Amino acid sequence: MADEVILLDLWSSPFAMRVRIALAEKGIEYESKEEDLSNKSSLLLKMNPVHKQIPVLIHKGRPVCESLIIVQYIDEVWRDKSPLLPSHPCDRANARFWADFVDKKIYSTGKLVWATTGEVQEAAKKELIGCFNVLEGELGDKPYFGGDKFGFTDVSLIPFYSWFYAMETCGNFNIIEDCPKLVAWAKRCMERESVSKSLPDQYKIYCFLMGLKKKLDAK
Amino acid sequence: MAEVKLLATWPSPFYYRVVWALKSKGIAYEFIEEDLANKSPLLLQYNPVHKKIPVLIHGGKPICESMIILEYIEEIWPKNSLLPNDPYEKAVARFWIKFADDKSPEIWRVFRSVGEEQEKAAKDSLEMLKTIEEHALGEKKFFGGDKIGMVGIAFGQLAQWLQVIEDVTGVKLLEASEFPRLQRWINNFKQVPVINENLPDYDQMFAFFKGRRQMLLASK
Repeated sequence: MADEVILLDLWSSPFAMRVRIALAEKGIEYESKEEDLSNKSSLLLKMNPVHKQIPVLIHKGRPVCESLIIVQYIDEVWRDKSPLLPSHPCDRANARFWADFVDKKIYSTGKLVWATTGEVQEAAKKELIGCFNVLEGELGDKPYFGGDKFGFTDVSLIPFYSWFYAMETCGNFNIIEDCPKLVAWAKRCMERESVSKSLPDQYKIYCFLMGLKKKLDAK
Repeated sequence: MAEVKLLATWPSPFYYRVVWALKSKGIAYEFIEEDLANKSPLLLQYNPVHKKIPVLIHGGKPICESMIILEYIEEIWPKNSLLPNDPYEKAVARFWIKFADDKSPEIWRVFRSVGEEQEKAAKDSLEMLKTIEEHALGEKKFFGGDKIGMVGIAFGQLAQWLQVIEDVTGVKLLEASEFPRLQRWINNFKQVPVINENLPDYDQMFAFFKGRRQMLLASK
């Protein structure tokens, strides 16, 4: 029932994209409520009083917060379809480790690439490529991080593909030159409807991020 | 049963998280002391990405990052469970575990800094303690229940390391009158046998961190 599952959402947030992908993978109907972070709804403040952030999944009236925690929750509640985490504890730990790596490194470094200039930007570009190369090492020759199946680590990382045009334009570089395997993996993920429907157009994201950048520069 | 080894350093609070989890489940393990100033080939082999401790090595396979290690331990040895079974309660527990991981470093910023930076770190630490007091701890004895679990273990550094930081820096953060629930939790937590029997010696910790702080200040 669609009214059982509500997502406090934001079209441009990579963290919200993770949840949209997971819901789509499982074929779960839900209501998306778009939030305006400059004017947070009373529902958001009630459902996530600690961080006041999206995404928040509201299932049968109860909130689940933090994107990767939401994805694991979705995987556990709707466990009969398209499992996102592997079954063996060792593989699960590995999937969590790499999703944690994405969380620790990709958002903050990627943001420096599109939001800054000069030396700071150059250092960020180098670090980003370094992180992507490490991820390529983990991917190896597998189609997905999870192996043959699209899974938890893939869900955690693929939303940042929506930032590629913005990062490449601002940083004046081509990610495919240094990270061909990663780009091939991203394109493979984009062939999945759950992903292509959850990620906004890269140019639209570029325009949005440039708007954010202006605001950041003004501060 | 496959061999369990734990690569770690004393007195890292992250090391103790894993010790508490293993001991609460009665799992025997071999402790391998690591020297972080001179990282061993073993550490570099088993945690090439972060080169950090703790690393759990089970049957020759490494698991890194303390809370990921705890989820692994919980899945391999489900006896004396540390996480709720219900997916929603589990999600709530994981929220607080993540909060502990993301915010606990604030108290270490107090330890490492001076002046304005230390004041800011102290302010952020107090915000963190306030959030725990108001939102995480109900009236139950431990986070979410009557026995300790993964959330309590995740916040474990507040039970001993925080006091060491306060005593070494002279910056008081946790006033019992302002944080009655948190103080009560600390008292209860430290009395649980598996915690009580596996806490680093306070005086040794004080001496160790005092020395560290002196070195930090000298280098500024």
